[in-house]
Amino acid sequence: MIRTSEAIYKYLRPDKKYPHVWCPGCGIGIVTGALVRAIERIGLTKDEIALVSGIGCSGRVSTYLDFNTLHTTHGRALAFATGLKLAKPSLTVIVVMGDGDATAIGGNHLIHSCRRNINITSLIINNNIYGMTGGQYSPTTPTDYKASTAQYGSIEKPFDICKLVEACGASFVARGTTYHAKMLDALIERAINNKGFSVVEALSQCPTQYGRRNKLGGPIEMMQWYKDNAIHYTAFKKLSTDEIGEQFPIGVLTDLDEPDYLERYSRIIKEAGSEGQ
Amino acid sequence: MTDNPMEKMSVVEGSYATAHAVKVCRPNVISAYPITPQTHIVEDLSQFIADGEIDNCEFITIESEFSALSALVGASAAGARTYSSTSSQGLELMHEVVFNVSGMRLPTVMTVVNRAVSAPISIWNDHQDSISERDTGWIQLYAENSQEISDLTPLAYKVAEDKDVMLPAMVCMDGFILSHVFEPVVLLEQDLTDEYLPPYRPEHILDTKNPKTFGSFADPSVYTEFRYMQQKGMDIALKKIEKAVDEFTRIFGRDHGGLIDTYRADDAEILLMAMGSVVGTIKDVIDEARIDGIKVGLLKIRSFRPFPVEAVRKTLADAAVIVVLDKNISLGLNEGSLCTEVKSCLYNTDINTPVMGFMLGHGGRDISKGTIHMIIDKSQKVARSGIKVENEFVDVRGDLI
Repeated sequence: MIRTSEAIYKYLRPDKKYPHVWCPGCGIGIVTGALVRAIERIGLTKDEIALVSGIGCSGRVSTYLDFNTLHTTHGRALAFATGLKLAKPSLTVIVVMGDGDATAIGGNHLIHSCRRNINITSLIINNNIYGMTGGQYSPTTPTDYKASTAQYGSIEKPFDICKLVEACGASFVARGTTYHAKMLDALIERAINNKGFSVVEALSQCPTQYGRRNKLGGPIEMMQWYKDNAIHYTAFKKLSTDEIGEQFPIGVLTDLDEPDYLERYSRIIKEAGSEGQ
Repeated sequence: MTDNPMEKMSVVEGSYATAHAVKVCRPNVISAYPITPQTHIVEDLSQFIADGEIDNCEFITIESEFSALSALVGASAAGARTYSSTSSQGLELMHEVVFNVSGMRLPTVMTVVNRAVSAPISIWNDHQDSISERDTGWIQLYAENSQEISDLTPLAYKVAEDKDVMLPAMVCMDGFILSHVFEPVVLLEQDLTDEYLPPYRPEHILDTKNPKTFGSFADPSVYTEFRYMQQKGMDIALKKIEKAVDEFTRIFGRDHGGLIDTYRADDAEILLMAMGSVVGTIKDVIDEARIDGIKVGLLKIRSFRPFPVEAVRKTLADAAVIVVLDKNISLGLNEGSLCTEVKSCLYNTDINTPVMGFMLGHGGRDISKGTIHMIIDKSQKVARSGIKVENEFVDVRGDLI
């Protein structure tokens, strides 16, 4: 049992950086809590972790956590993190991004990090909107849902982030929600422990920019929707297409035991070295 | 035009005034990506389109600034009047395409809502973003207030689309200080704007019946001439801006100055130079200093590219000391960009006036009236006993260094 209040003083920067910028009812705090609890459970010290973030509401996570933190430019967090991991493989590198950050402006870096299977954990906080800049539609805003730049509903098809990263080669893929907070702790824990590129998509309510505009209710109703529609992956697989409706799978979706980039890298160095002898 | 302008004014946000100005220019394609503090402009435009207020216009929130400007290259080459807006990192991310637009001679207009660049992250105002795009072949105009940003928008299209110019234009406004402030503004009238700005009819577009290539490979035997012709376009733009200003004044009845503007500069011994919203503060300080008998005036740069060398020389000729205020720095030279330009246009002339450079307002630090008074005090000493320090940072916090 982890007592959150103790973890807060251990891993956060409570005296320096608060109050935080997130709106009342925002889910990012819950996701941040899950990340802290996962780290506590693994027993990593603060110095063993490098936390990298981009820009946006999710980009603020690195400000509040007391690890080695690298606050980068919009969309580029994974590119910065790749360099960091290569230079210092002993660090546990965790990248926190939002949906716009990871799949729009930084989409290129995301797909190639997956393909490379580099040992980095990506936590993608998906609130279906660009929250910080005023609620513009993002690559995960569902079709027909409203945004400040889609007054009559988005005409684009949204990404399914988990399917995207699976197809691109991520070796661990999981989805959680802010309602299923304890499960989220466990998913992040497994993602960090996976040797390879791991993605945890955390669905997180944005009542201010997304919920209000789409009449989804407040944070409680939005989390209730997660509760009502999230189905564990094993049960989800048994559903027919007609039964699925708005329901979506949560839990571990992919867990492959594959050599990661650094393992392959050191192997090739060894082979090249022995050839020259 | 003979109406009382006060009656036509609405109190609106600077971003709204800008969006409204874009609307009456009748763009065909708007492509943008959200970035603070540009977002309100794009949101307002999105609302106009949703409300059916802009005919024949496509709007897209695309996946990055890089793509936003790239999409406009295609649209503009196909003959559309195009618009985007960005700030800071967004503009820096566009950098590669910024050169493409001007190299292909596509007259896109973009509002740059000036914001400091990372790292460290700052959402507040300075001019480092647009100044970093100084050499990209875009016309750069800087606005002092919401009315001016509004009025510069159709002017930018008119000059950019002139067949002898054909260069893109950035209209720059200070982030938050202008973009998020409500001021009384005469919103541009559609009928007058139609009279002022004709529809975009480019000579060269992508057309399957008459195939052409944009941005093709240029080997060393022809590349130089592309740059030469871009510079020619800039030279012509100097005259076209003046002409477009005259026509604007005739139709709309407002005058913010031409390539430059001056304030109490005729008999000024101390001549301050600046761009953007800080000009308003400087004018107030000049009024106060004049009461104390200090002969101080202002030269405001409206067109930074093309740089109005002749107009600047003429205005500076009789000053005892020239004082340049820059919200940017060329790191490694220890000088702001405007200061560098001013010095370069005085060399090889018989004007041998001391030029003092002050770098201030970085990352949104307030530029108070007290700061400007302090700068005037320093310049008085230089006028009396010569220049010792050419450039300096202003209001540096010693406790942080």
